[in-house]
Amino acid sequence: MIYSLVGYYSLILGLIIGLSLFYFSYKNFNNSNVLDTKILSFTFLQLFFVVISFLCLIFSFVISDFSNVTVFNNSHTTKPLFYKISGTWGNHEGSLLLWLLVLTLFIFIFLVRTKNQPVKYKILTLVFQQIIIVGFFLFLIKTSNPFNYIFPIPTEGLGLNPILQDPALAIHPPILYLGYVGSSIIFSSVLAATSLKIISTSWASHIKKWILISWIFLTLGILLGSIWAYYELGWGGFWFWDPVENVSLMPWLALTTLLHCILVLEKKSILTSWVIILSIAVFTLSMCGTFLVRSGILNSVHTFANDPERGLFILVFLFILIFLSILIFFFFHKDNDRKSYSFFWLSKETSILINNWFMMYFLSVVLIGTVYPIFLDVISSQKISVGPPFYHKLIIPFLIPFLLMMAIGPKLKWIKSQLEDKIYLIFFLIISILLAFLVLKNFNQNILINTILISSALYLFFITLRDFFVKKYKNISQNIAHFGFSLLILSILFNNIFASEIITNLKVGETFENSKTKIVFESVDQKKEKNYNAIIANFSISNLNGEEDRFSPELRIYNQPVIATSEADIKTTLMSDKFIVINLVQNQDFFNVRYQVKPFMLWIWLSVILISFAGIVSFLQKRS
Amino acid sequence: MYGRKVKLRFLFIIIILITLILTTFLILKSLEENVVYFQSPSEIKSLTEIDKSKIRVGGMVKKNSISINSNEVNFIITDFKNEINVTYSGAVPNLFAEEKGVVAEGFLKDRNFFSATKILAKHDENYMPPEVKEALGEK
Repeated sequence: MIYSLVGYYSLILGLIIGLSLFYFSYKNFNNSNVLDTKILSFTFLQLFFVVISFLCLIFSFVISDFSNVTVFNNSHTTKPLFYKISGTWGNHEGSLLLWLLVLTLFIFIFLVRTKNQPVKYKILTLVFQQIIIVGFFLFLIKTSNPFNYIFPIPTEGLGLNPILQDPALAIHPPILYLGYVGSSIIFSSVLAATSLKIISTSWASHIKKWILISWIFLTLGILLGSIWAYYELGWGGFWFWDPVENVSLMPWLALTTLLHCILVLEKKSILTSWVIILSIAVFTLSMCGTFLVRSGILNSVHTFANDPERGLFILVFLFILIFLSILIFFFFHKDNDRKSYSFFWLSKETSILINNWFMMYFLSVVLIGTVYPIFLDVISSQKISVGPPFYHKLIIPFLIPFLLMMAIGPKLKWIKSQLEDKIYLIFFLIISILLAFLVLKNFNQNILINTILISSALYLFFITLRDFFVKKYKNISQNIAHFGFSLLILSILFNNIFASEIITNLKVGETFENSKTKIVFESVDQKKEKNYNAIIANFSISNLNGEEDRFSPELRIYNQPVIATSEADIKTTLMSDKFIVINLVQNQDFFNVRYQVKPFMLWIWLSVILISFAGIVSFLQKRS
Repeated sequence: MYGRKVKLRFLFIIIILITLILTTFLILKSLEENVVYFQSPSEIKSLTEIDKSKIRVGGMVKKNSISINSNEVNFIITDFKNEINVTYSGAVPNLFAEEKGVVAEGFLKDRNFFSATKILAKHDENYMPPEVKEALGEK
């Protein structure tokens, strides 16, 4: 009760401070050369109030205060404490409060940490960020107040969807949001820098840190979501090209491109238009992500609660922001770098530019695949869905030159470069092709596109691997990232090509046998837990080599809300994952059994971790 | 005549245009091939010819219609006006049950038989795919 009250009024106070900050910024912007301390303390105060509000919501969840609608809808007394807390951001209202928290946190850190930049720039960044913050305050208070009352007070809550009661998903939203919302700082400061015309190399290295932070968290956030989907959704896949996944991939693609552009800007002071447009795009796509997921427009396997009014608000807000940024781009941005615009075709600049075009292509494929069904539904009310074949067909062929470029591009020098002493480049290419051919030949998998794809991924792999040993490498983070990417593509490819799957329906005591695998369904146990009842099925699975594994996948029936979930049993080893999941069809004795062997599963996760590690290395590196 | 710079720029614009057109064409082309349409049992009944392409059928699983053996699951999807028999061999999602909404993806054999390759999972028991909702005529 009291927490809801405090939380709500903290939000109002935060909003008022946000509005007052416009006034202080205006005064400070015209009069002084030092940052007004009032601005700093008010920004801190705003952060403070949002934190208070957020803590109040967490407390409401912890003590199960069901007078609060949000708590009532998403919590239950029997839920473990950990999931009570994570339930705070597992719902729409709480997750928006988290957005707001990150928004205010980032602008505060930005103001404190930014040095050697003009005061006007700091103030203007604050103003743009406050526009976003105030927008979100209004959105939160108006359409999705997390502190609404319910009367009479219910004695028990509705519970959190059990599929969300999971450690990976508990930390997935905060991490992902740090990435999403981190892009707001990039957006604000790019707009500020454009308006003041101070885009330069030193500005680039300052903003690079922020891009990296956002990029690292976004990468890790996507990874966590993917791992969760892998073991919780019971399909054994890690990426379904589902709209909700796509909306997180799109800002990632734009952000990665931006990261490459900013490197060029840092060194050569060109590609400024790219940087501006991409920064705007990243934030817009992040906002779109929130809009599409929360508005219920998307028809997705991951469906969350939704409400059209909210969608409309975000949409209008989004259009205002886009309009504002385009206005600033056109009126303030003058391309002042015509002096050195011509660079030789064989140079680092060119290769990064080519990289940009590739990334934009991937981005547009994902965008079209995600948006087209919505579009068609609106104009012709035809219901369609776009599946994985669409993406595979359009992305895979272009991945080949992309991978080759990733190997060769970093070898080139700025401005102009020759490839004379680079015989090893060709040498490795031949080795890669031979190796790919051999591997696939051995496993009777003679698909041309696979061979080429594996060759190019192997090529990148070898080239980057060689660089770890050969040079006193200046750009270690780039090398780790590209190496990680080659590893990722290789793991995904091998994972797809060599995966095997058995789907069958079995009764207790029955045995399934084919030429390679024998599945014995031994017995069924029952288990009672505080918040669910479980059926545990015991399997023993043996393969040709006589290796035998015991599996106990579960079928859980949660009590609040009453939902059945399958808990897969996964045996992870370095080289492959064995994955089994069961399901019970209503009123039948048969269990639906799905057994998969997935090679290199672990490597997919590891390579993504490696990629984000490269980001961390780059973040910690001092500017040479 | 024109300077070298103008010519170069002209060439550049043409290349970009061609790439754009090619990309758009490629994307649209494969969209056309890979799009999956959604249909209700009633819509299927009124089809004049059976299409060979992949579609989705959505509706309710009819009561007492599920039967299962070691390699197949059979059930009936209904929108309370018409129904269609579905055979499926594969993994079923958690929330697959009689008198619940379902979306099946696969191929039509004829107007009464549908062979599913995938049954879509939903996270939420109260959730009904918008398509199913519409097919059932409640908004």
